Parts: sequence; C-alpha cells; structure tokens
Amino acid sequence: MSAPETAPAPPAVVPVTLRRIFTEFLIIGGTSFGGVVPYLRGGLVTRTGWLDDREFVEMLSICQSLPGLNATNMAVLVGQKLRGPLGALVAIVAMCLPGALLMYVVGMFYREHGDHAAVTGALKGVAAAAVGLILSTVVQLGRKSLDGSADFIFVLVTVVAVMGFHVSVPVALLGVGSAAILWHRPKRAAP
Amino acid sequence: MSEIPALARVFSYLSLLTVGGGMAAFPELQEQAVHVHGWLTDKQLIHLYSVGQLAPGPNMMMIVAIGQWAGGLAGALVVLAAFFGPTAVLAYGVAAAWKRLESWPWRTSIQKGLAPVSIGLLLAGGLTMAKGAVTGTLTATVAAAVLIVLLRFKINPALLVIGGGAFGFLVMQ
Repeated sequence: MSAPETAPAPPAVVPVTLRRIFTEFLIIGGTSFGGVVPYLRGGLVTRTGWLDDREFVEMLSICQSLPGLNATNMAVLVGQKLRGPLGALVAIVAMCLPGALLMYVVGMFYREHGDHAAVTGALKGVAAAAVGLILSTVVQLGRKSLDGSADFIFVLVTVVAVMGFHVSVPVALLGVGSAAILWHRPKRAAP
Repeated sequence: MSEIPALARVFSYLSLLTVGGGMAAFPELQEQAVHVHGWLTDKQLIHLYSVGQLAPGPNMMMIVAIGQWAGGLAGALVVLAAFFGPTAVLAYGVAAAWKRLESWPWRTSIQKGLAPVSIGLLLAGGLTMAKGAVTGTLTATVAAAVLIVLLRFKINPALLVIGGGAFGFLVMQ
C-alpha cells in the first residue's frame, strides 16, 4: 500500500478512452473472485478515481433496486457516465468476458467428466458450500435492510409463495412487492 | 431443431426477475431450464451454479454453460445477450430518471418495499438449491460451517467454496 495522499486526485478532464474502460472492466471482471462489490470499489474509486465514494454508494443502491446483477448494472452506469452508450456497451462486455469464457470451458469439461467419482465428490462439497454462502447473504442483507416485523412477514410470504405454493417469481414479486411498497408508503407530514 | 429461440425467450424473461441479484431468478430458472425445456438436470443445474461461484465477474455466468449445451457457441452468445441485455437497457434508461426522483417520497417506499421481497426471493432460491445440494449430514455440515464462518469472519467466500470442494473430493466420493 502506498502512503495516503494529502489531497484527492483532480477530476479527469480528458475524456476516458473506450480502450481504457474496456481494460479496467476486464480487470474487474477477471479478478473479482467471491463477490464483485469490493473489486468494483477498488477499481472505480481507488484505482481510477472515476467515482468518488458517495457516487459509488449512490450508484450501487440504484443498481440494487433495479432488476439485473450489481456487476453488470454498475458497468452500464459507469460506462454511461464516462462515454455514453458505447461506454456502457464496452464496460458490460468487458465485465462479462472473463467469467463467460471460463464458464464456457468449465461447462464443456463438466459435461465430459461431471460423472467421475472424484468430480462428483468435489461438486457435492462445492454445492453445499454455495448453499451456506447464499444463506449468509440472506442473513447479512436481512440485518442491513429489514425494517420492523412486517418486513419479516413479507420475506416469509415470498418464500412460502414461491416454495410452498409454486407461485411464479414474477407473480410473487408483483404481489408481495406492491403490498410491501404500500406498507412502506410515504407518511403524510404531521399537521 | 434449434433451441436458440427458446433460449432467447427464457433468458430474457429470467433477466427481468433478477431483482436484488441473480439468485432471485433461480426457482424460475430451474422450472424453465430443467422441467419445461430439459436442457439439463436438477443436479447439473445445482453443480453449475455452485461451480459458477468460483468464477470472477457477475455470479450467474453458469448460464453460458446452459446455452452452450443447448445450442453450442451461438446458444452461449444468445443466452448472454438475452440475460444481460434487457436489464442493461433498463439500467441505462431508468437510472438517470431514478436519480432525479431523489426527493419523490415513493422512491424510498419502493426501495424499502422491494428489500424484503428480494431477500425472500434470494432465500427461496437458496432453499431450492438446498433441496438438491443438502442431502445428508456431511453436506448439511459443510453448508452450516460455511454459513457460520462467513457470518463471523471477513473472508473471501470463494475460498470457502474451494474448501467445500476439497472436503467433498476427500470425503464424499
């Protein structure tokens, strides 16, 4: 780590080139093992200074309330900010490229060798670990963003609808989503 | 017969369900890819998703493998475009407007209302996976251990997934 700087870098005046956007998102897309958010922050705030911390948090919260993955939504928004539509396109392609290539190869390998005993054993372990990972995300998000016991009921209703009654995801999303939004409707200012 | 149109249709539909993350679409992905179209089995889907957690970048890249199986290179490309295209266009169009609505009181309501639903969808996705992946004491132990370690320590989750794989390789063959 270098010594902390006394003043933040001055904002870029020269427009960022598409090649630069491609390279940066290729690096993030190719190194973000185990979850993309810290790598996004490292690349976009610390390394390039394309965003400041406040902007980063704001963009991330927008990405989280839109459909789509954080990784690709962030790529689109940052690419858009830097170079418009082409910037957004270049950023999302570079973000997806390394993982897509890797999974293309892994998919072919798995199809050939997925039923060997050693591979099956490892995959059982990997799948069980992935379940633990998902549940930990549920707990962490829950701690951060569930507000009051009504929210726990909305979570429960969503799970029971999808798992127990095989309600399709869009129906659950619209149904429980509208109820939850109405529940959190803006309070009228007290007279 | 070509699976390309079906891949395009299914994955662009799934794209719009990924509220709060890719896992929200998992139950519907299972329904469409396994039960409706038979592109792969339940077990294969769980394996691919889990291995996908080891890949860098957006964490639903396992869809590329599904596309490749069902339709070769063209299938993989169609799946990528269909899964990431619609939400990318939406983000491009909506984000600026959404930012301008900062003082609109319903904006906070929408964010607060979507939070529990997206957590519920994530949990439903996780439980759908658990049904196939947690099959006995050993797998339950691995899942619980990963959950506890991640909640108590700051550690890269990919390392734990690799650890789970190593454990499975040694013990679950």
